[in-house]
Amino acid sequence: MYSVSKYIHIENGSIFENGKQIVDSNTTDFSEFIKQVYRNFEHIYPKFYKMDDLCKLAYIASELVLKDETEKDIALLFSNNEGSLDTDYKHQQSIQNNDAYFPSPAVFVYTLPNIAIGEVSIRHQLKSESAFFIASEYQTDYMHQYTEHLLRTNKAKKVLCGWVHCLNGAYKACFYLVETNGILEHNNQNIKQITK
Amino acid sequence: MAVYIHSSNCISPLGFTTKDNFQALLSGRSAIEKIFINDAIGTIYAGKINNQLFDAHFQSIDTLFSGARIEKLLIAALHPLINKHCIKNDSVLIFSTTKGNISALAENQLNDAFIPTTIHNINTYFGFKTEPIVISNACVSGVMALSIAKRLIESGAFSNAFVVAADELTPFVISGFQSFQAMSNEVCKPYDKNRNGINLGEAAAAVYVSDTFSANAITIAGEANSNDANHISGPSRTGEGLVLSIEKALKEAQKTTTDIDYISAHGTATLYNDEMEAIAFNRMQLQNVPLNSLKAYYGHTLGASGLLESIVAIESLKTNTLVPSLGFKEQGTSQSINIITKQEQKPLKAILKTASGFGGSNSAMVFTKNK
Repeated sequence: MYSVSKYIHIENGSIFENGKQIVDSNTTDFSEFIKQVYRNFEHIYPKFYKMDDLCKLAYIASELVLKDETEKDIALLFSNNEGSLDTDYKHQQSIQNNDAYFPSPAVFVYTLPNIAIGEVSIRHQLKSESAFFIASEYQTDYMHQYTEHLLRTNKAKKVLCGWVHCLNGAYKACFYLVETNGILEHNNQNIKQITK
Repeated sequence: MAVYIHSSNCISPLGFTTKDNFQALLSGRSAIEKIFINDAIGTIYAGKINNQLFDAHFQSIDTLFSGARIEKLLIAALHPLINKHCIKNDSVLIFSTTKGNISALAENQLNDAFIPTTIHNINTYFGFKTEPIVISNACVSGVMALSIAKRLIESGAFSNAFVVAADELTPFVISGFQSFQAMSNEVCKPYDKNRNGINLGEAAAAVYVSDTFSANAITIAGEANSNDANHISGPSRTGEGLVLSIEKALKEAQKTTTDIDYISAHGTATLYNDEMEAIAFNRMQLQNVPLNSLKAYYGHTLGASGLLESIVAIESLKTNTLVPSLGFKEQGTSQSINIITKQEQKPLKAILKTASGFGGSNSAMVFTKNK
């Protein structure tokens, strides 16, 4: 039997930690909002400013869950429905017209959703299992089974699962950490509630 | 519980069946040729599936289907496997891709560019009764999808899975790799002293895996994925993530370095990737094991590459045949590795497949024979 030890919800300028609101911003603009949240962290991480929006959101959500964490064998299972389309669209704009053709490596590198996993792995030095799943909505059933399989077979000591969505200014992140002891039972009903 | 690979299929510029693909490799054919893309990109060396030949092949499967090209590639890859093994109530479709139907963006069809749209069309087309699973994890996606299929079957979530992997050669991807200055201006030369970058390619590959033993099937004996936690686009200088994934895969397979008869490596022919692999294989004491890269045959097929190359490696395992690493002449890594330069028959029992990619991802998998 496994438990959820911490969970985070970020949406519409608000952040909830284990169901309690910890940030209430009246900023509607994502980049303003996410920078405000970043500046409130003690940890200084200049790479943050280079990231695309999806990675910034994944970085902040992971930071909130992992800031006091010492375990390094934490698997990362991230998911969304759009992959990296937010940045794909920017790259496409830069190559759409032959007479205004200026593809940039700094943009192109973010046209893979698992770069968000890479950024979080680098920040927290996690040389662990990971995977980026794309689905029209969070797949509670198989994410639940896959998470418990990783823990049961010792492929990870803890698993950080999360929905991380960023497209055309709309954003939502629901992250939760699964381990042996915690505050909520790791079951389908609770996962549905956390990722709602 | 063990998980077995029963059948496979490949749609590539070198053929529309696994058998044709393997035959093409044995005759030394490469898919890489000069292709004009558009005025901004110009002419590049790449591997592209001939549309006329593929359309004719697709007509033999379905004359009415009018979906996107990548959907046709997926259908063509899966069709013979689904005919042979049939979809059961607990069969699942697992899709590995980096970019899915990304060409839809250029046509301003944002909805069609969502990967779930593509895979739901395929799921419905064949009549799967479960939700499909999509893995999008850069260049390791194909191997990772197979490892996730194995784990979900072990966990009892499903008894069998159809794993399909595909990516297309598109201006979207070509322009990006060009901006990285990562593309070779000739047929690529993995591990060679004069290697100067990658060729891109395209393919669709599929396998059927299940928990049912068969003497002819191949066992997925061990697998692991590890992140370098080092750089989002550059390979680790120490090969750390690759070393960790190989260690864990061998351990699960209960094999040691000396049990591995052949390595199907990643070998993109960039300076840094190939160097990183040579360091990792040496750290693992695998430097004397015969090794190849298939990138000079197919180019880098991104989300398809891990599965396509696993299928080819399994053909090598079944037929005890080592395929030469095309494009290699002279050792070009700081530490030596045993690159296969000529076709050879050799008893093969256990083999290793590895892949590494952007985001610091690395995957390793051990395949063994049952007879």
